[in-house]
Amino acid sequence: MIRFSNVVKEYARSGVALSNVSFHVRKGEFCFLTGPSGAGKSTILKLVYMEELPTRGEVRVSGVNSHEVRRKDVPLLRRKLGIVFQDFRLLEDRTAEANVAFALEVTGAPAASIPGKVSSLLTRVGLASKATAFPRELSGGEQQRVAIARALANDPLVLVADEPTGNLDDRATRGVFQLLREINAAGTAVLMATHDLDLVRRTDYRTIEVNRGQIVYDSSVDHRRLPAVGMTAEERR
Amino acid sequence: MRLATREVAIAFRRAPLLSALSVTTIAFSLFAFGLFGLVALNIRDSLRQVEERVEIRAFIADGTPVEQVVASIPDVEKIPGVGKVDLVTQQQALERARREMGEFSDVFDGSFLPASLEIKLREGSRDPAAAKRVADRLGAYDFVDDVRYGEEWVAKLYRIRNVATVAGIILGLAFAAVAVIIIGATIRMAVLARSREISIMRLVGATDAFVRMPFLIDGFLKGVLGGALALSLTWAASAMISRYFIHTAFFGTQVAMVGVLCGALIGLAGSAFSVGRHLRKV
Repeated sequence: MIRFSNVVKEYARSGVALSNVSFHVRKGEFCFLTGPSGAGKSTILKLVYMEELPTRGEVRVSGVNSHEVRRKDVPLLRRKLGIVFQDFRLLEDRTAEANVAFALEVTGAPAASIPGKVSSLLTRVGLASKATAFPRELSGGEQQRVAIARALANDPLVLVADEPTGNLDDRATRGVFQLLREINAAGTAVLMATHDLDLVRRTDYRTIEVNRGQIVYDSSVDHRRLPAVGMTAEERR
Repeated sequence: MRLATREVAIAFRRAPLLSALSVTTIAFSLFAFGLFGLVALNIRDSLRQVEERVEIRAFIADGTPVEQVVASIPDVEKIPGVGKVDLVTQQQALERARREMGEFSDVFDGSFLPASLEIKLREGSRDPAAAKRVADRLGAYDFVDDVRYGEEWVAKLYRIRNVATVAGIILGLAFAAVAVIIIGATIRMAVLARSREISIMRLVGATDAFVRMPFLIDGFLKGVLGGALALSLTWAASAMISRYFIHTAFFGTQVAMVGVLCGALIGLAGSAFSVGRHLRKV
């Protein structure tokens, strides 16, 4: 599904962001990506949805290879992924349902099928009653649910979430996380970057920890689970 | 296409001031270009009127029978570049001279002035070289005594015309370049104002062509509106100048339509360039 092989990412100004990163996320898997700010989590996610390409090594996502990908292939790849951000990235001048419909419209979904699909997506994320609300009229948790509904619009194989609970209070965090678990249980792989260790410890999902551009812990390889020991690899050091 | 048009309507509704600013900027840039065009058009028309006065006179030798001269006219008309040939008899030359000299008309008498053939040249054959070619051919007729066409005057007129043409092209290009730069910057501002929307479009899997389409329609419409506004302003300026100062010619319908189309194309090209540049960065 997602395979990183010896990936190096360097930026002209800020230098090495990732160094020799290799991992594999399987179909239907839920995987946390943890680590301090600036560790390289967001860079990994950008490489997944191919906003960035690796300097060396190879990224392979749902059959698309970073060596061979052309600019026109990227939108097609992104239709197989759902992407969620900490800052929601909703269109402020459109209602919740218009934001979700937008994702279907830009990918050329038949117009007649859009209202039904939007309604079902908003119901799935628990916002059926707020379909006509604008983002400013919604709480942070609700806005993130709209963003998740939009990310699910094209039935993605993988949901890529970059700190999706970073702007939310505890209650909203629990709600959004529960929603992501349900999405995963329905068969969609989830790759979630977070620095919320409480969230990570609450489950036994696979955890990859990144620090200074390198993978320093992967629970699928190192079986000391973070929740069990109660500290991250960094804390252990 | 329907979705792209809806996105354009949303953009206009969301930022009416920015849209109005874009249209006004396009309009004023094209208005400046239009005013320059108006000046160039009127200079060209004036020069053409002066050029129409370029004529060759072939003076007929004394004693030549009028019939012989009349018989040669069809032959003269066949000389390349010759438009119209008129015979001016001695009597007609005298009457004309008297008319033109006004109070001194009584100094002329009888057979003082020679008969002549007045030859008007076709448009495109009024340059010094063409005039000389026709004059030389006329000089070869045995009944022609002398040929005159104001050689120096014609040469000077063509120098003025050439300078005006070159200056017109250079200034026209400069005005057009300034218009394109200003319009491009305005459209770029509109693209930047919607950069968040562009990044969201790309995140949810929109192709570059899809992202571009609403901007192209937007740029085209703003170009058409700006072009139409510029045309109205130029027309109003021309009407005011004609009313209060000097009569001026205005663009023909086709040229006016081409002007509006130019606005549309500049809007389209400016949008394509700005959004293309933006897309390469995201």
